[in-house]
Amino acid sequence: MMNDIIGLFLLCVGVLFNFIGCIGLVRFPDVYNRLQAGTKCVTLGTCLILLGVVFMATTGATAVKGILCMVFILITSPTAAHALARGAHKAGIKLWDKSVVDKYAEDKQ
Amino acid sequence: MKKTALFIAAFCLWFLLVWPFHPISQRILWPDVFVGLGVALLITLVMREFSVQRFRRLINPVRYFWLVMYAFVFAYYLIKANLDMAFRIIHPSMPIKPGIVKVKTNLQTDTAITALANSITLTPGTLTVDVVDRNYLYVHWINVQTENEAEATHKILGRFEWFIKKIFE
Repeated sequence: MMNDIIGLFLLCVGVLFNFIGCIGLVRFPDVYNRLQAGTKCVTLGTCLILLGVVFMATTGATAVKGILCMVFILITSPTAAHALARGAHKAGIKLWDKSVVDKYAEDKQ
Repeated sequence: MKKTALFIAAFCLWFLLVWPFHPISQRILWPDVFVGLGVALLITLVMREFSVQRFRRLINPVRYFWLVMYAFVFAYYLIKANLDMAFRIIHPSMPIKPGIVKVKTNLQTDTAITALANSITLTPGTLTVDVVDRNYLYVHWINVQTENEAEATHKILGRFEWFIKKIFE
């Protein structure tokens, strides 16, 4: 019973973070800022949802799967964001107008 | 030796993910186990070129101790990063000041640099864009506090580099 309450709480917080991440995807001005919102909030949100599943799981097998999925998401999500950001910059996508500095473009010239 | 370790690791992972026990009688399901052995063998054959370079480091318990310590530190920064990001997203005037800065790292091995880049991406306001010559990282920072290379290095890498050096180098 207690596990269910903790699990549901974690699920709700996780969904909330995922929701905030999605708002960030719409509100932020350029691809790099959007990636920041998409990576951080959605990674933590999904990890919290999986943690909630671990708490609510009735068998050990499900719990182990949940923890393994968390580890894999923590490894792959930032790698994918890095690949997207690098690809976007190589493809010549500009930073937002109000960005203060772009050392990467400066050094490439 | 390395191949055996890779095979055992792949098979253990398969075992944990599939959990080949009958849900009611709890008897082990041998067909699943044999498929797992086959898949693990296939992965070992295909991936042998990509396995660990320095096997001795993989079995050093001190590194695992630091890895567990790092997990707690990392969890703290991950939650802090998310609260910070949520604040910036929800705030009506969207207080961001983005830019790409350059930071210098002293780490040498590929694994360590990968771990560092991933840690940077998941922590407050920073996203690794590229790694050049294993020395310089270009980091997109959502709230640029300084454009100076040394200061940015201290602010972004200061909290992780020490740990990652202990774990992966």
